[in-house]
Amino acid sequence: MPSHPGGRHRRFSTRGWLVLTKLLRAYLRPHTGQVLLVVLLLSVQAAGGLYLPNLNADIINRGVLDGDTAYIWRTGGLMLGIALALSTVSVIAIYWAARVSMTVGASLRATIYQRVQRFSAREINQFGTASLITRNTNDVQQVQAFLQVALTLLVIALVTSVGGVVMAIREGAALSVLLMVAVPVMALIIAVMLAAVVPLFRSIQSKVDRINQLLREQISGIRVIRAFLRTATEQGRFQLANFELTRTSLRANRIFAVTSPVLVIVLNLSAVGIIWFGGHLVSRGSMPIGNLLAFVTYILQILLAVITAVTVIILIPRAVASAERITQVLSTVPTVADPAQPGRPAHVTGAVEFRNVSFAYPGAAAPVLTGVTFTLWPGQTSAIIGGTGSGKTTLLSLILRFFDPAGGAVLVNGLDVRKQSAEELWSGVGLVPQQAFLFGGTVASNLRFAGPHATDTDLWRALGVAQALDFVASMPGQLDASVDQGGTNLSGGQRQRLSIARALLTHAQLYLFDDCFSALDPATDARLQAALRAETRSATVVIVAQRASTVMRADQIIVLDAGQIAGVGTHRQLLAACEPYREIVTSQLGEGTAA
Amino acid sequence: MSAGSRDTVRLLMSRLRPDRLRLAAGTLLGVASAALFVTGPKILGHATDILFAGLVSRSLPAGVTKAQAIAGLRAHGHGQLATMFSAMDITPGHGVDFARFGRTLGLAAVLYLCGAGFSWAQGYLMAGVAQRTVYGMREAVEAKLARLPLRYFDSRPHGEILGLVTNDIDNLNTTLQQGLNQLLTSVLTVLGILVMMFWISPLLATISLAIIPLSIGLTSGIARRSKAHFIAQWHWTARLNGLVEESHTGHALVSVFGQRRPMSEDFSHRNDQLYQAGFRAEFLSGTVQPAVQFLGNLNYVVIAALGGYRVATGVFTLGDVQAFIQYSRQFTTPVSQIASQLNQLQSGLASAQRVFDFLAMPEEPVVHDTAVPERIGDELGGSAPARLPVAYRVDLERVSFRYEAETPLIEDFTLHAAPGQTVAIVGPTGAGKTTVVNLLMRFYEIDGGRILLNGTDYRSLGRDQVRRCFGMVLQDTWLFAGTIRENIAYGRDGASEEDVIAAARAAQAEPFIRALPQGYDTVLDPDTSAVSSGQKQLLTIARAFLANPGILILDEATSNVDTRTEAAIQRGMARLRRGRTSFVIAHRLSTVRNADTIVVMSAGRIVEQGGHDQLLHDGTVYRDLYNSQFAQQPAW
Repeated sequence: MPSHPGGRHRRFSTRGWLVLTKLLRAYLRPHTGQVLLVVLLLSVQAAGGLYLPNLNADIINRGVLDGDTAYIWRTGGLMLGIALALSTVSVIAIYWAARVSMTVGASLRATIYQRVQRFSAREINQFGTASLITRNTNDVQQVQAFLQVALTLLVIALVTSVGGVVMAIREGAALSVLLMVAVPVMALIIAVMLAAVVPLFRSIQSKVDRINQLLREQISGIRVIRAFLRTATEQGRFQLANFELTRTSLRANRIFAVTSPVLVIVLNLSAVGIIWFGGHLVSRGSMPIGNLLAFVTYILQILLAVITAVTVIILIPRAVASAERITQVLSTVPTVADPAQPGRPAHVTGAVEFRNVSFAYPGAAAPVLTGVTFTLWPGQTSAIIGGTGSGKTTLLSLILRFFDPAGGAVLVNGLDVRKQSAEELWSGVGLVPQQAFLFGGTVASNLRFAGPHATDTDLWRALGVAQALDFVASMPGQLDASVDQGGTNLSGGQRQRLSIARALLTHAQLYLFDDCFSALDPATDARLQAALRAETRSATVVIVAQRASTVMRADQIIVLDAGQIAGVGTHRQLLAACEPYREIVTSQLGEGTAA
Repeated sequence: MSAGSRDTVRLLMSRLRPDRLRLAAGTLLGVASAALFVTGPKILGHATDILFAGLVSRSLPAGVTKAQAIAGLRAHGHGQLATMFSAMDITPGHGVDFARFGRTLGLAAVLYLCGAGFSWAQGYLMAGVAQRTVYGMREAVEAKLARLPLRYFDSRPHGEILGLVTNDIDNLNTTLQQGLNQLLTSVLTVLGILVMMFWISPLLATISLAIIPLSIGLTSGIARRSKAHFIAQWHWTARLNGLVEESHTGHALVSVFGQRRPMSEDFSHRNDQLYQAGFRAEFLSGTVQPAVQFLGNLNYVVIAALGGYRVATGVFTLGDVQAFIQYSRQFTTPVSQIASQLNQLQSGLASAQRVFDFLAMPEEPVVHDTAVPERIGDELGGSAPARLPVAYRVDLERVSFRYEAETPLIEDFTLHAAPGQTVAIVGPTGAGKTTVVNLLMRFYEIDGGRILLNGTDYRSLGRDQVRRCFGMVLQDTWLFAGTIRENIAYGRDGASEEDVIAAARAAQAEPFIRALPQGYDTVLDPDTSAVSSGQKQLLTIARAFLANPGILILDEATSNVDTRTEAAIQRGMARLRRGRTSFVIAHRLSTVRNADTIVVMSAGRIVEQGGHDQLLHDGTVYRDLYNSQFAQQPAW
């Protein structure tokens, strides 16, 4: 495998860190008081933790050396009280830390969700649906987890290190020199290890992905692999990937194997050094012996805090990556927005008019549509046919104002869609999208998605028109039969028919059917179209299709070819006059059947 | 431990056997390093004692013996000090013996260094053991995939199999890596520390030990209480993610049907529930840390006070207190680690069990090539692309087959396909047309009757020999993540560049490949949208061309394909069929009309068989099917 795209993030970028802190600052601002409280409480806890060895020194210096047992018990009691108080303080701190981080997580999630809801199709396409879902869920989770840890462990670790150094200097300035050496050495070791391991981890991840991809291919392509006798080839590819993964994992784990003993040795040698130098100080009378013992405890506490801080720091690159992805969403402004003063069409007839419309996707070299002009009349069925990429779906998106055209104008109900409120516009449209997407719930809940107040009779009626009555009636629970998310428990044809029934429940004046008959057999297709025609008599009906058999009965057929109109007319007219249409019909229905 | 998990452990051990020497060496090194590490504090304590003794000795007048000095103290009413000193190694009048002090500390430093060295060696060795073992398991699982019957893959969701071979192995990896290093180290360290603590003071050690059940009780108590909240958190996370997924995926529908507001309200509700549950879970589980910390501090305080008291009363030395404090501090960390590592071990064993169960699945029976392999192999296998393919004869004689023993599916089915003939398989969706493919390709073995290839029984041929004669273009256009060139070349071993281009040209795929910016080097991956599904179909046709088989299996169903590509696919398939015996899952009128034999399937079974005219006349199922699916086609 060559270098993977993750490689460009090899170094820990300051810019990324700034993105994370900026995001957190913005979302923590409303909770400034609580954050300060958490920091304060944790500081108290850390300081108290450091004060305990100090009392222990007193026990030795005064209690033991003077033989004052009463003092020992008194101080012991004091230490116990402090320990109890510290844990209470710490519980309160954790309470607020959890509250703050969870609130920030919830509000980040909500903000992203609302933003995505206002996105136009352009922004949705730009990010991709899957990516938006991850950003809205997983990435928020990452940032929230980081915040939670940062507000507890990181604060304690920082306060302990700083406070420990201060206390150490107070206890014995001479000995703290040792600390000044040990802490940077430890930090350096950890930094070197991280620099070596983090890129390795990225590399491991990409190699794990590769293994998973190969296995997924082997499982999904089992028939093809066996048919072409490629089992050995596949095994060779897998072995290579497995070997690569093992080698990289081994290298990472061996670096870990070095790191932990090295850290422990720094810790222990520091203790040895303190006792050696401290011994001389004590012998000279410049330091009480109890303080020496306390000092050993400090240094252990401080160095352990450094290790804790590091484990938190490991989380940072992931949180940074997530913060960057979240910020991208939040800084994207929807390109399509309602006008300040939306106009209202005089009559909602369902009429659609394209006036010299052209459109290109951002970054695309060639326009999808150029100079498209036509009118769709109420009471008529208009069909749009053309090859993949000829701009059929784009055309529907322009009617719904998911995009704005680059040139020309789209009029619905006699008024430019850019002058209307989107909700108003949509409320008069029944849409059946190309992907027959259903929501998790029941048949009824899916249908009522479009007509919230429809009665059961209405639902059955719509199902009848959509030729879905029979299969719904045979489902257990009928209208209450459960539908999995995305409709995965239904066949493609069943999904299409349910989504057609759903659109019918809007009782709109404009129906858009985006290539939604493809999974139906021609007989069902024909019955459905006949029923539709009766149901939608006064409305404007637009059918986008790839199959000639689907469009041939339409009142008006619009043939799109490479983003331009190649012909408009009835089946008969187009067969006579329109070469691209004739081509389509012959290729699908065979030579000699067209005439 | 249940019998199942004991088996799992035994199997896991047998996997580790090749590395048993390294494993033993690693364990020994672990024991050595733990022993050295736990001796350290005791030696440091001894150094402190030397220091303290030196201080005390200097404060006493020179020239008197230890006994005299103590007697003197007692006489002056310092009874307590006298008792403490009597337990110490003091020489009145002398200062600190720095030579001895230094030697002791030096010894501690050397022990620590050796301990670290051993620990590094252990980690190095064990990492190798863990990675080699996981490597072997991964390989075994992958090799197993190739030996499993198709039945296995068809009878469960692919996601489930994938999860097994990826997630479970990953989990096992983590477990082994952790178990062989950290768990071993933690256990050894805890044992070593316990030994040292009991050696210094059984009383204090007992007190420290009493902390363990206390902290385990506390931790598990909190865990029990927070578990419900964690479950609620998972529940609401799933519910929220489901909603986010739906509303982002169905963005257009949500907008057009005016459902933004209701969806938004639902989102807020779930988000709030998640917040509540998440907060409670996070807070409750967060209290474990201060609770354990309190117990640690409690322990510390008891040792400091009780230890101090005992030093003052002469039962204990100062160095012992220092060592004890160090021990008790080092004690809590591995104890709490062991708890989480045991959890990991448990989940790792569960994963291992699933993997071993998978490896124990019944495999496809091995088929030995008994009949004249050379002749058949020669004739069937070695077709060069330039040469025209040799069409084969296929005979199915009284074949019976069922997926499940109780459900008869195909009984007594006979079909003869002469060389170059076309057999059309028709039937509504879900009629089981792929069953015929499964039997012809020998993805499944038949239960009765026989299938003959040019007169040779399948059973006397190897599976690979049978499959070498077939080319397959299915509706599921499986291509792997690689370049277009590699994917076409997949059809035959050692295909040259010219072969690939010729195949692409024959399949009508050449124009669109040339139009791609990267041409034949375009990488196909699951996310790529550069190549449409119809174009993928063309690539699978090219792949079949390259294989140049004598028999073809084609699926005509091409949904979501634009008309131009559809036309190209049709032309490609027609050319591919030329001169070959073909089995076509037919969707086009021209195909059924021109077919030599039509096989009609319904509800998984073959119901009628014959020529078009004959079936139209006699076959009720075919007539219905024809009227609904095909008859309208010429009417336009």
